[in-house]
Amino acid sequence: MSTHAVRPGLVHPRDFLETDRLLDDQERLLRDTVRRFVDDKVLPNVAEWFEAGTYPREMAAEMGALGLFGMHLDGYGCAGTSNLEYGLACMELEAGDSGTRSFVSVQGSLVMFPIWAFGSEEQKQEWLPRMAAGEVIGCFGLTEADAGSDPGSMRTTARRDGDDWVLNGSKMWITNGNLADVAVVWAKAEEGIRGFVVPTDTPGFEAVEIHQKLSLRASVTSELVLNDVRLPAGAVLPGVVGLKGPLSCLNEARFGILFGAVGAGRACFEAALDYAGERVMFGKPIASFQLIQRQLAEMAATVNQGTLVSYQIGRMKDAGDIDPAHISMGKFANVRGALEVARTARSVLGANGITLEYPVIRHMNNLESVYTYEGTHEIHTLIIGQALTGIGAFE
Amino acid sequence: MKIAVCAKQIPDPATPYSLDPETHFVVRPNDQVLDDTDRYGVEMALQLAEANDAEVVLVSMGPAGNLQGVRQALAMGADKAIVVDDEGLRGSGALVTAKVLAAAIQQEGGVDLVITGTESTDGYTGVVPQQIAALLGLPALSFARKVELDGTTLKVERISATGYDDVECPLPAVVAVTSGAVEPRYPTFKGIMAAKSKPVEQPTAADLGIAADAIGEAGSGQEITSVEDAPSRTAGTKIVDEGEAFQAIVELLEKAKVI
Ligand SMILES: Cc1cc2nc3c(=O)[nH]c(=O)nc-3n(C[C@H](O)[C@H](O)[C@H](O)COP(=O)(O)OP(=O)(O)OC[C@H]3O[C@@H](n4cnc5c(N)ncnc54)[C@H](O)[C@@H]3O)c2cc1C
Ligand SMILES: Cc1cc2nc3c(=O)[nH]c(=O)nc-3n(C[C@H](O)[C@H](O)[C@H](O)COP(=O)(O)OP(=O)(O)OC[C@H]3O[C@@H](n4cnc5c(N)ncnc54)[C@H](O)[C@@H]3O)c2cc1C
Repeated sequence: MSTHAVRPGLVHPRDFLETDRLLDDQERLLRDTVRRFVDDKVLPNVAEWFEAGTYPREMAAEMGALGLFGMHLDGYGCAGTSNLEYGLACMELEAGDSGTRSFVSVQGSLVMFPIWAFGSEEQKQEWLPRMAAGEVIGCFGLTEADAGSDPGSMRTTARRDGDDWVLNGSKMWITNGNLADVAVVWAKAEEGIRGFVVPTDTPGFEAVEIHQKLSLRASVTSELVLNDVRLPAGAVLPGVVGLKGPLSCLNEARFGILFGAVGAGRACFEAALDYAGERVMFGKPIASFQLIQRQLAEMAATVNQGTLVSYQIGRMKDAGDIDPAHISMGKFANVRGALEVARTARSVLGANGITLEYPVIRHMNNLESVYTYEGTHEIHTLIIGQALTGIGAFE
Repeated sequence: MKIAVCAKQIPDPATPYSLDPETHFVVRPNDQVLDDTDRYGVEMALQLAEANDAEVVLVSMGPAGNLQGVRQALAMGADKAIVVDDEGLRGSGALVTAKVLAAAIQQEGGVDLVITGTESTDGYTGVVPQQIAALLGLPALSFARKVELDGTTLKVERISATGYDDVECPLPAVVAVTSGAVEPRYPTFKGIMAAKSKPVEQPTAADLGIAADAIGEAGSGQEITSVEDAPSRTAGTKIVDEGEAFQAIVELLEKAKVI
């Protein structure tokens, strides 16, 4: 049998560095609650959603009841947790599936956050309570087919017509596009980039689902087409002009992602650890081979490092003393680490590693999207490079 | 109206238990969880409280630790908690546990309904609810899979070997609910944050008027003399099917009382 030289009670394979000690009772209770929710509601079903390429809208109400949407915002029906607690929730959600975490990131950080931070009182009253409850689903339209890493090159326009605004253009890769009741759309106006709160039943607005994805399949991704979409004056977000509007939303969402990625990596590591202990080859559990042990050790170290990085960044954000470059470093390091863990775990599981019976290849494929969205790995590299050297290398 | 729910904090069943080699008592970590079976009692209490405008008081005995398990129940929506933690309680058996819980319920006063689980996950004697009822002189309705309150009449579907019986009694009463009777809610984030400021009383046995020699190992009149590992599982019976295997299977299922 296996010869775990683990001293009972001293080393916890699933939390090697006892990072739990860095959390207080309330943080752990909240984390454990989300973990239970994921165990009950996500994990038993997610392989089916992934295979079918769907995300069930009904999940929104359940997630809303828990308090997941806009959880770190104050008022308007939001729970008002700390940033670290928001991160912990993302970590557990993404240990389920990156698609479920994406749903929560988009709703809370990309749609509720700009309304909460830059919206008028009427906009807040109209949208936030129903979004917090999960009755209304939102999406965030920034990226275009020809404007990805460089959103400033967007072609979607907002033109004033009397008191109204008229939007024209299209948005690409929009999470929840076909599920959404409301879209926050960023468009070029005369004075600069502006954000608009667009009910998706406005004439001229159309969402077209993107098919043939092999990543984030348990999440809906769409193209938004805006054809003379006429909006009243009250639809524009009054509080911000320019790219810093959408970028501040992305900063919020990236913060959740740097936790979430660790959750996905942890799920892969745990699957590999369990599998290695049970799978017998050459008459022994594969966990007894040195090459497998090395892989387990690498994965454990990466997951623990990622956890520590995220807790530190969470505490910094709660202290109110954080730069976007800190969040970039978290996303950069943790998503890369999670992807390495997922690929290693995939190998440990052998042929079983390519099926949806196990979570590993699902996470591995999902993490390819996570590597690209919310600022690609390269863009975060450049943000860190600029912070280190004072020299921007974007153009 | 006031509902008391007995809720036990236990070491997380997902992590291996260890016994103190000297006392043979379970080593209780600082971090404990709400016994899963008590989540049903808490949920039942909350549903009845919502329908009848009642207060829900948690009653628990055992090492308080960091109260994580009790906070879990408070976060679900209970109003306050009484946790009897006393060094002298170490090694108490089921009857002493019931005496302590009954005394806490009595001291709280005005309790119309006591809700418990059917059987705890770690002790699983399944006798505490009936003992509490006897000590308080109340009717005990056990194995309840459905509980309704009609004015001051408690109506219960009591699971029996063949189905269920409809049982009712007037309040006050003790009811032990079965796992699965209701779907326990998740604590909401707002609930989790509110739980921090809900009152948790921590009386000792003496505060409840229970004498020191009536509790613990001595008070329970029991002593753990030795502890041995459970025997390893022996191989099962193999039934070879020569056309009649179904009969053997039916007999086994009947013996196990599953059919
Ligand atoms: C599943 C999924 C969901 C998404 N959801 C949303 C959403 O809800 N809302 C939304 O607005 N967008 C969303 N996106 C879009 C996402 O944010 C973009 O894909 C991302 O910003 C990258 O843009 P791009 O795909 O056009 O890649 P490009 O910008 O074309 O990049 C291609 C490659 O070039 C590299 N590159 C680009 N510029 C530089 C440079 N200066 N130096 C070095 N390398 C560079 C990139 O790192 C990348 O490797 C989603 C994407 C995916 C995959
Ligand atoms: C080896 C051993 C060591 C023990 N060590 C300790 C110890 O160190 N400290 C200690 O306190 N006890 C200890 N106990 C006692 C034991 O854990 C139980 O609390 C007690 O015997 C009650 O029995 P039960 O759990 O089987 O209850 P059951 O009758 O199976 O429980 C039914 C229901 O009664 C209620 N209930 C039962 N116990 C409690 C409780 N304590 N608080 C609130 N509600 C409750 C719950 O609603 C539960 O669902 C020990 C028991 C054993 C066998």
